[in-house]
Amino acid sequence: MDLYSLTITQAHELLRQRKISSLELTQALLERIREVDGQIGAYLTVTEAVALEQARQADERLRRGERVTPLTGIPFGVKDSIVTEGIRTTCGSRILEHYVPPYQATAVRRLLDAGAVLLGKHNLDEFSMGSSTENSAFFPTRNPWDLKRVPGGSSGGSAAAVAAGECFFALGGDTGGSIRLPAAFCNVVGLKPTYGRVSRYGLIALASSFDTIGPLTRTVEDAALVLQVIAGQDAHDATSLAQPVPDYAAQLQRPVKGLRLGLPREYFVPGMEAGVEAALQEAIRQFERLGMEIREVSLPHTPYALAVYYLILFAEASANLARFDGVRFGSAAQQAQTIPELYLETRGKGFGAEVKRRIMLGAYTLSAGYYDAYYLKAQRVRTLLRQDFERAFEVCDVLLTPVSPGVAFRLGEKTADPLAMYLSDVYLVATNPAGVPALALPCGFSEGLPVGMQLIARHGEEALLFQVGHAYQQVTEWHKMRPALGR
Amino acid sequence: MSDTHHPLNIETVHHIANLVQLGLTDEEAAAFLPQLNAILEYFALLQEVDTESVPPAFLLPGARNVLREDNPEPGMSREAFLSNIPASEGEYVSVPRVLEEA
Repeated sequence: MDLYSLTITQAHELLRQRKISSLELTQALLERIREVDGQIGAYLTVTEAVALEQARQADERLRRGERVTPLTGIPFGVKDSIVTEGIRTTCGSRILEHYVPPYQATAVRRLLDAGAVLLGKHNLDEFSMGSSTENSAFFPTRNPWDLKRVPGGSSGGSAAAVAAGECFFALGGDTGGSIRLPAAFCNVVGLKPTYGRVSRYGLIALASSFDTIGPLTRTVEDAALVLQVIAGQDAHDATSLAQPVPDYAAQLQRPVKGLRLGLPREYFVPGMEAGVEAALQEAIRQFERLGMEIREVSLPHTPYALAVYYLILFAEASANLARFDGVRFGSAAQQAQTIPELYLETRGKGFGAEVKRRIMLGAYTLSAGYYDAYYLKAQRVRTLLRQDFERAFEVCDVLLTPVSPGVAFRLGEKTADPLAMYLSDVYLVATNPAGVPALALPCGFSEGLPVGMQLIARHGEEALLFQVGHAYQQVTEWHKMRPALGR
Repeated sequence: MSDTHHPLNIETVHHIANLVQLGLTDEEAAAFLPQLNAILEYFALLQEVDTESVPPAFLLPGARNVLREDNPEPGMSREAFLSNIPASEGEYVSVPRVLEEA
C-alpha cells in the first residue's frame, strides 16, 4: 500500500515499531503533493524545509521513545485561515497575500508539541466565505474524485488534500458547514466540535459566535486522535470550554446497541438527489442492524435556520473584517493620499466580491432602523433553534441527517447566484448558532461521487459522535475508497 | 408595510459601501444591487416567527466573563508586531495624512 494511503492509526503503528521513519513518511507525502497538487490545487503554501526538519525531530523522539504520542511524526496540513507563526497565512485573500503571522494558533501549537509534522497551508474560500472554494482569490481547488467539480468549501483544500493522500489529516474551520460539506464531497471524515471545545486563538475570525476549528481525517478513529490533542481550555480564548477533555479513544469501542438515533423530519424532504436519499436510507438500515433505536423527531424551526445563520454571520463578519485597513497588516494602496482613500482602496482592491457583499449586508442589518427587524430578530429565532435541539435530545441521543441535498456540483455551476450557493448549506447551518457538535462521514456514492451523512449530538458530546461513527465504519467500507488520480 | 421590505437602490448601495470603507466601482455597485436585494428579501421570512417572549441568543450556554489578576505578562515584541506593517519608519507606523491643513 502506498504510504500516503495509510490512516494515522496505521502510520503510528509502523512508526512505533520503527518499520518506517517520519522522514520517509514526510518525503512520501511531499512527493505525493508534487505528483498531484498541480491538478488539485489543495495547497497555497508547502513548507518543505520546515516539514523535513520537524520529521527529523520526530524521528529523534521516536528513536528515544520519549514523549511519543499517536500523532508524533505524522504529516498534516492546515487551512490557511489558521495562523502559523513565521509561515505565510493568506486566508485566501489578496489583502493578506504577504502576511506572515508573528504568532501561532493554539491548535497548531498543540499539534506541533505532540510531534506532528506541518506540510503546508490549504486553500479555502476567501475569509472562509463560501461553499465551494471557488471564492479563493488565488485559484479554485478541484475535487479529487472529479477534477471538473468542486471539493466543497470553505475548507475545500483541506478536504481535497486528505482525500488525495496529500496529508494524513488537516485542521479546518467550520462556521456553517465549512468542514462538513467538503468532507462529504471528498469522501473524508470532518468534525465540527462543540463551540469552545477547541481554542479559536489564531483562527482568523469570520463569525465569532459560530466559528470552530476541527479535524478532517480518513477515519472517525483518526478524528478522535486529533481532537484529543487540540481540544481543551486556552487562556488566550475566553470562550473556550472549562469542561475537561474526555479520553475519546477509550470510549470509541463502546457498543451502540440501544442508543436512540433521531431522524429530524424537516431534513428528509423532497429536493434531495435520488442517489443521496438512497445512501442515507441504507445508512439508517445499517444503524438499525447495529441495534440502534430509530425514531422520528422534529426540529420545527429548521425552515428559518438558513436566514438566522446568514443574517448573524454577515453582521459578525462585517465587524471582524473592519480591521483590514492596510495600516497594521495587509496590502496598502500605494497611491492613497488620505486615510479614507487608504481604507477605500485597500479594501476595494483587496477583497473579492463575496466578501464585499457580506460586509455590506452585515453593516446594513446592524444599522439604526434595521437592527431590530433583522439582527435582533435573527438572534431571537436563534434561541428557538437551540431549544429545538434541546427538545429533540430529550428523546434521542444522536441525530442523523444528510450533509447536502446533492453531491459535489460542477465548478462554475453556482457562482452566478449567491443565494443558490447559500442553499448548499441548508442541512449544516443550524448547528453553529446552537453550538452543538456534528460529524460528517462517508456513507456511499452516487454516480461515482461521494455521499456523506451528518451525525449531531448534544453540546459537549463528541465522544458519542465518535462512538456511533466508529461503529458504522467497522461494518462499512465507504471510508476506505480512494480517488483514482491520474499518474 | 414593514421596515424589512424596503429594497435597496443604487444610492443606498454606495452609501453603505462608504460606511464600511469599501471602494466600489459603479459596475460593482450595479451588479451587487439585485443580489443584495434578493438576499434581504429572503431574510424577510423571519418575520413569520413569533418571538414575542423569546430572548436573543447573544450568549451561548456556559458563557461567562473570564478574568485574571491585572499583572503584566510578556506580550508580543515590537519587532514581531511591526514585521507586517506595510509602511513604517523606525518604531512608527506610517499613514497618509489624517487631518486637513488648517
